[in-house]
Amino acid sequence: MANWFDSPGKPSIKTSTKADIPDGLWAKCDNCNEVFYQKVIEENLWTCPECKFHFRISSRQYMSFLLDEGKFTKEIGRTLIPKDPLEFIDTQPYPKRIGDMQKKTGINEACIAGEGSISGHPVIMSLLDFSCIGGSMGSVVGEKVARVFKRGIQNRCPVITVNASGGARMQEGILSLMQMAKTSAIAGVFAREGLIYISIFTDPTMAGVMASYASLGDIIISEPNALAGFAGPRVIKQTIREELPVGFQRAEFLQKHGFIDIISSRKNLRELLVKILSYVSIQ
Amino acid sequence: MENVYLPFEKPLVELSNRIQALKELPNSEDYKTEILRLEKTANRLKEQLYTNLTPYQKVQIARHIKRPYTLDYLKIWQAEFIELHGDRHYADDSAIIGGFATIDDKKLMLIGHQKGRTLQERTFRNFAMANPEGYRKALRLMKLAEKMRLPVLCMVDTPGAYPGIGAEERGQAEAIAVNLREMALIKVPIIISVIGEGGSGGALGIGVGNRILMLEHSIYSVISPEGCAAILFRDQAKVEDSANALKLTAQSLLKLGVIDEIIAEPLGGAHNDWQTTADNLKKSILKNLKHLSHLEGSVLSKQRIDKFLSMGEFSEPYL
Repeated sequence: MANWFDSPGKPSIKTSTKADIPDGLWAKCDNCNEVFYQKVIEENLWTCPECKFHFRISSRQYMSFLLDEGKFTKEIGRTLIPKDPLEFIDTQPYPKRIGDMQKKTGINEACIAGEGSISGHPVIMSLLDFSCIGGSMGSVVGEKVARVFKRGIQNRCPVITVNASGGARMQEGILSLMQMAKTSAIAGVFAREGLIYISIFTDPTMAGVMASYASLGDIIISEPNALAGFAGPRVIKQTIREELPVGFQRAEFLQKHGFIDIISSRKNLRELLVKILSYVSIQ
Repeated sequence: MENVYLPFEKPLVELSNRIQALKELPNSEDYKTEILRLEKTANRLKEQLYTNLTPYQKVQIARHIKRPYTLDYLKIWQAEFIELHGDRHYADDSAIIGGFATIDDKKLMLIGHQKGRTLQERTFRNFAMANPEGYRKALRLMKLAEKMRLPVLCMVDTPGAYPGIGAEERGQAEAIAVNLREMALIKVPIIISVIGEGGSGGALGIGVGNRILMLEHSIYSVISPEGCAAILFRDQAKVEDSANALKLTAQSLLKLGVIDEIIAEPLGGAHNDWQTTADNLKKSILKNLKHLSHLEGSVLSKQRIDKFLSMGEFSEPYL
């Protein structure tokens, strides 16, 4: 289910550390190797001005341009923290992995959720952080997503999820798998209430997250070139012993096969959401 | 079929062979006490082996080629089975079977993964690894059951959903996600029984039920121990460590509150005694169906939703 955590060599935004330039002033696009002012990339919403490549960004960065005032008005499940129900140890104990991640990223868990608005349209929203254990869904992520749908039902308000995940979190074993059923069940209750759910795929949206609530949007929007699918490409390649077609499991491939409504660049996303939300009367 | 045994069963098999050889001697009467003694030892050994199984040994038993599969149970139960085919969109998936079944007097909709034994059967069943069509057929039949007010029984036994190009093109993730959503809402009783391998999303795709039962030596996991060893332990040889860490046995799952009941297997495992296993399984299924049969549709759905909403462990300190 979860097999995308250690995907090698995905292009990411890199801040140059060369001694002769001030730290953080320059950034290089790993896709086209062009070098830009960090500020220019930020103004471009962390996409490459040259090749339009979309860098992986944090949930905070995403909120900064999507939500009014760049933040939630009310957070959901802010103090939720993971436990170690399996007492899981692989190359290191799970609690240590969590602790290190928290120190490195400054966030508690792979999901942040809350109430906010987009150009005045109220929304309930969850966002994932790929930098936190591959954006993987364990008990905390599952609970936050479930609470987002519950709040949506309470407030009769549209839900938006922004996804970036390798899948279920293996360190919480079967409990992570069950989060797929949990989030999908509550998404079903939400849908039955006649409420609208918009799901956004960013690179990557895979496995346990993709095979649960992320795929259940009434409207599904993806960033260009985002990888989205059930099984990781390496697993498929090993299974069928064939080369995978170019563009396999990318957003454009999924749209061609009928699973994505709109592919939108990050720069146009807010405007697109405002337009769509204008069709959703206050429920 | 030839006798297939697991590595840890070797001493037991050697003992059984010796007993068999003695019994086949023309003067076997002379060895009566010796045979009796050996049989006692064999039984003790069996008990020792089968009451102290490691998680990885259970993985091996769950995957045993002589372990009964869905159609084997139907045969042993002498159940009527009217198989229904196809997802009405693309194909019929032979990795998941489904149809009307009568077990004793109980009429229900049966859906189950189906493994194969011979090379030909295994290829035909795609090793019980379903494509999206399998999940869509399963859901179609569940909705039919709902319309007809028939309870649903799902038998889970798969290494996982099929990882292939076509599966991705036709929306493997979407098919499973839709099942998870819709199964929560269905207004007839749903009973899940894990009879062998509960392989991740491929298992869960027909695994959302009011009651979740597991055979004693079956397994259920977010990822295979092999996959976990490669990805998290970064060492493919660490399969046993990873089987331990994943807590994938029925016993661990009961403790974690993910399943409701463990169904006993005869000493020596299901593969050594199909009849007793099938009897135990049937008894538990019918008992659970009876408990659920008086509940109204909306109550059944709510119970299922609440059951899954309560899954997960986290803390939430006030700050």
